[in-house]
Amino acid sequence: MPLQSLDIVRRSATTTPEPRVRGAYSGTVAKLIDTSKCIGCKACQVACMEWNDLRDEVGTNTGSYQNPADLSDRSWTLMRFTEYENPKGDLEWLIRKDGCMHCADPGCLKACPSPGAIVQYSNGIVDFQEENCIGCGYCVAGCPFDIPRISKRDKKAYKCTLCSDRVAVGMEPACIKACPTGALVFGTKEDMKAHAAERIEDLKSRGFDKAGLYDPPGVGGTHVMYVLHHADQPGLYAGLAAAPHISPLVRLWKGRAKPLSLAIMALTALAGFFHFVRVGRNEVDEQDEEAARRSLEASGKPEMRP
Amino acid sequence: MSNAAQRDTLLRYDADVRTNHWLVALSFILAALSGLALFHPALFWLSNLFGGGPWTRILHPFVGIFMVLVFLSLAARVWDENRFASADWQWLRQWRDVIANREERLPEVGRYNGGQKLVFFVLVLCVLTLFVTGFLMWRAYFSLPVRVVRIASVLHAIAALVLICTILVHIYAGFWVRGSMHAMLRGTVTPGWAWRHHRAWFRQITHASHTRAGPD
Repeated sequence: MPLQSLDIVRRSATTTPEPRVRGAYSGTVAKLIDTSKCIGCKACQVACMEWNDLRDEVGTNTGSYQNPADLSDRSWTLMRFTEYENPKGDLEWLIRKDGCMHCADPGCLKACPSPGAIVQYSNGIVDFQEENCIGCGYCVAGCPFDIPRISKRDKKAYKCTLCSDRVAVGMEPACIKACPTGALVFGTKEDMKAHAAERIEDLKSRGFDKAGLYDPPGVGGTHVMYVLHHADQPGLYAGLAAAPHISPLVRLWKGRAKPLSLAIMALTALAGFFHFVRVGRNEVDEQDEEAARRSLEASGKPEMRP
Repeated sequence: MSNAAQRDTLLRYDADVRTNHWLVALSFILAALSGLALFHPALFWLSNLFGGGPWTRILHPFVGIFMVLVFLSLAARVWDENRFASADWQWLRQWRDVIANREERLPEVGRYNGGQKLVFFVLVLCVLTLFVTGFLMWRAYFSLPVRVVRIASVLHAIAALVLICTILVHIYAGFWVRGSMHAMLRGTVTPGWAWRHHRAWFRQITHASHTRAGPD
């Protein structure tokens, strides 16, 4: 293993257990994004570009501060801006840093057909290993958050790595380092939940009585969590999924259907073999040839005579 | 082959149908092996046959499209002779006699029996499903809403499973009914083969040849 603090606990398209003796006993990691503290400065986007050496193409203005317009193979994180008019008639500018949520139960990893193209480390980070990626795009279909992007240049899938390279050597992700307001914090998941609880208490005292933590249980919890002022309506934040989960279609396709289908194919082939063993081939005998000959003679077809 | 032996056989599949059939068969094998490589991790090693994972992903759709095109060509050639008649349903109802080789109890069969016709229509359905859903899943060129892709992926897998199982039955049947493999490889069957397995077809072609040879 290249980095000892990045023990792989789950690997795509692998049916036997990964080495699990070493665990994250000191706690898994998490990034906490406090939407109530975010000022939309995009320092995190710039830091992500800097650290990961990414330069996306310069896009066009789509009428909001959101830039680029969407995540891409070279934009792994993005501030999504929503102008929300609350029931009191006031404008709220909701800004959510979008990117991979690093699910405990990752749909991308479940869908991936290429062994080791997607891995989950014991610290909770879900990482794409592009050298094993075959470019099929199944991860895109598997993701409940619409995060992975297939590059048009190399047909490989890309997304936020949670700076696994930095975390492996005890550093925080680049976006965390750059955030000027403390909207982004990083630590063990337990610590982040404790910090979030304080923030939520503070928000509630300021009138945001629906404030809460976004750590969706449908995907086993995530290693990127949000503090939302409107935790009862995650959809307000540029369509954040209210109850994300791996689609039942993906579960069917990449779950039970796989071994069941192989078994059905094997049984079909075996049925043929045992039919041969028990019943045998259906062969033409001399009586059939004789009957055919007589019929041909009766119909007066001379050239068919032997 | 001597002239005597040639005279002693009936032409069941001409060279064009045989060529078409084997183009379908060969492309099916390639499409199935590359598809299975992406379906189950236990079969991912099959991707080595195609030059690795990315090449398997690149080639599979093109092999699939080729298979669909040659299959549709073959289907057009044999469509008329695969229409179901009431005798075919009777034949299928007597499947126990079929698998026990008790052919004498079955209704007389024309060019294709009920089982062959059933295989034919299952193949048509599966191939068309694979064709449409395959395009929807084709990330290299298409990017459709995720829900569409998910439904397409499940249907693609189901259609492939049914197709592969049907072809396994089809291959075994070709081995089981002795003479069928030769018919599809070299084109001919013996009169006794036609008499035993496709008697109505035997009567039809021998009678037709007779009338054509006569002074009309």
